[in-house]
Amino acid sequence: MKKNTLNFGDAWEYAPAPDSTPVVIEKRYGLFINGDFCAPQKGKTMATVNPATEEVLSQIAVASDADVDKAVAAARKAYPAWKRLPAKDRGKYLFRIARRLQERAREFAILETMDGGKPIKESRDVDLPEAAKHFFYHAGWADKLDYAFPGCEAKPVGVCAQIIPWNFPLLMAAWKIAPALACGNTVVLKPAETTSLTALRLAEIFQEIGLPEGVVNIVTGAGETGAALAAHKGVDKVAFTGSTGVGKLLAENVAGTGKRLSLELGGKSPNIIFEDASIDQAVEGIITGIYFNQGHVCCAGSRLFVQESVLDEVKTKLAIRLQTLRMGDPLDKNTDVGAINSAGQLQTIQHYIQCGKKEGAVMHQPNSRKVPRKGYWCRPAWFDGVQPSHTIAREEIFGPVLAVMSFRTPEEALKRANNTPYGLAAGIWTDKGSKAFEMASRIKAGVVWCNTYNRFDATSPFGGFKESGFGREGGRQGLSAYLELV
Amino acid sequence: MSTRLPVLKTWKLFIGGAFPRTESGRTIAIEDLKGNLLAHICHGSKKDLRNAVAAARKAQSDWQMRSAYNRGQILYRMAEMLEGKAEEATQLLAATVPGGVRRARKEVEAACDRLVSMAGWADKYPQILGNQNPVAGSFYNFTVPEAVGVVGVVAPSEEPLLGLVSLIAPALVSGNSIVAIGSPKHPLGTALFAEVCATSDVPAGVLNLLTGKRPELLGVMADHRDVDAIHAGGCSLKERRTLELGAGGNIKRVVVRKTKAADWYDDRICASPYWIDSFVDSKTIWHPSST
Repeated sequence: MKKNTLNFGDAWEYAPAPDSTPVVIEKRYGLFINGDFCAPQKGKTMATVNPATEEVLSQIAVASDADVDKAVAAARKAYPAWKRLPAKDRGKYLFRIARRLQERAREFAILETMDGGKPIKESRDVDLPEAAKHFFYHAGWADKLDYAFPGCEAKPVGVCAQIIPWNFPLLMAAWKIAPALACGNTVVLKPAETTSLTALRLAEIFQEIGLPEGVVNIVTGAGETGAALAAHKGVDKVAFTGSTGVGKLLAENVAGTGKRLSLELGGKSPNIIFEDASIDQAVEGIITGIYFNQGHVCCAGSRLFVQESVLDEVKTKLAIRLQTLRMGDPLDKNTDVGAINSAGQLQTIQHYIQCGKKEGAVMHQPNSRKVPRKGYWCRPAWFDGVQPSHTIAREEIFGPVLAVMSFRTPEEALKRANNTPYGLAAGIWTDKGSKAFEMASRIKAGVVWCNTYNRFDATSPFGGFKESGFGREGGRQGLSAYLELV
Repeated sequence: MSTRLPVLKTWKLFIGGAFPRTESGRTIAIEDLKGNLLAHICHGSKKDLRNAVAAARKAQSDWQMRSAYNRGQILYRMAEMLEGKAEEATQLLAATVPGGVRRARKEVEAACDRLVSMAGWADKYPQILGNQNPVAGSFYNFTVPEAVGVVGVVAPSEEPLLGLVSLIAPALVSGNSIVAIGSPKHPLGTALFAEVCATSDVPAGVLNLLTGKRPELLGVMADHRDVDAIHAGGCSLKERRTLELGAGGNIKRVVVRKTKAADWYDDRICASPYWIDSFVDSKTIWHPSST
């Protein structure tokens, strides 16, 4: 196989093609409370860093309990009027947000890439269009909620505390805010500590389009700010996307308080390749599955199961394909693999890589590109000789690290795929429709991609089975997380 | 005139399709409202609960894979069997639950009708709770509801039969297997319902019923890692908290109804497909539609 492959390696480099749209970043950002930016009451700030250069981009406010209190009070105050607003008008505000996001998409994409390290082609082609679409989709629901759940009256829940992760900062903000507002709730959002900039810029759009004060409030900070927000007595609902560990803590904190809870947690999703699949397409699916967004994806296809008869072919093709991935400047339009989001996450990934090696699996990093001197980088990796009991086959790594395993029969693939406390997503590659549907119906996962992977759409419900959480985001099903059905 | 000495029955647990006595060997005496000894029930233990969960897990996947038509027929069969035992159920409830024969009859009839109503949902709720999604791009994309797995039911004290049946039915009809803790105050409804289930084609292990003391069993159910969801009624704030704390262990779906006594008779509340929705997870399937 290798003989017949053209492998240019590093011989043909592309000229750098950085996106050069100028983006203004303020030296410091306050909290967004009651329609205005304000300084944190204790004056504490934290630096937000470009993970590709380690350059400090800005200072972000750290919200204290008092700030959280103020934000929740603002959301509480705004709630009655927002709830009573004609549904059509709630929708119109959301349509306005969607439009402005589309119009300012370039600026947002660049900011997202600078703050989080993801390749510009991903923030430009996935994060931004999907975020705008999410607002557009939910805008249309605002005056149609009575048709979404026939036979009941749908009422808003109240003040929603929403805590989001750093892997899709703006998109996750959109996933949380859009349905909450469409259903008549008000919001206090806490972005992840390493990636607050696009959420704060979204607040500027709220100001631009005249969203009533207090309907969305944004408090920045780290874990303590999130904990204070979730525990606040003035909150009616907690929505969280993040790790299963934190999700469990939140579930315990919310117990007995009468607060509603929805959780979108971690995963260790199986990507299963049958011998009758189109192997070239499947290899592309592996790449999309685990190396998209540097593997910082809760539904990443991090456990690859390949039918034994095609294992060698898949491994060979995977190794070749990996050599062609371009890692480097995330702002370069040709970059496939960007920077790891933070120094902390890089450490976590390296820890898992060490675990994999120590426990006897064999690592391959066929991509020979030079790692930039500054910034946080991890070359795309895959492991061979992985046992189901290995740490890298069981725990969520949240990085570009793939565990490759094999199977003989569909029954075995199914058993091994389901042998995890997680149940977020799965991939199935086969040309046989009946096999695809049989597998899809027996895999315990909230999203099953047949002959594709990592596809998202505002109309398509997303969320997990088992310990990957409960509640859905997107689609008709996603609305019920923000409604009381009476 | 000689009065016949009645045969006093000890009602047993219902686990894995069989009627074992509790492994703990404990029983509780049940008196009628006048204070006469009426029967004994098993005082189920933590170990009994764990055995029931194991039986439920073993039976769940086959139950889920049954056709919706078949599951519907089995729930309907449960209604048929309860109808046949309606007089016995009425007498047992009337003897132990304040409110007399008329109240008891009303409860038994409502429980029968609830089963009929829920039986009809078996092959319809996926059409109400699922849908196709118009995604951008050439994909065929649809969402279907799927059973969450093993559901723990905590029956309310009042309306002991109707409450139990109403909490079980939505989870059962959607392919979940059940471990239920019956009314702590009036356990005979639970014990009798076990005999209904045993003769109504419910596969062994799909439905498991325990009698005993709630404080002893609640925490074990809440913490049990192999229980995927909980459907509870008539709980105090403290009990609610105990159940919800368990969600922290394995991300259980915990639903504690605030249903009042009269609400159990309301089909709009208890036979709603949105009660089924609490015990299914939405699965969304994508497939490219290009050639």
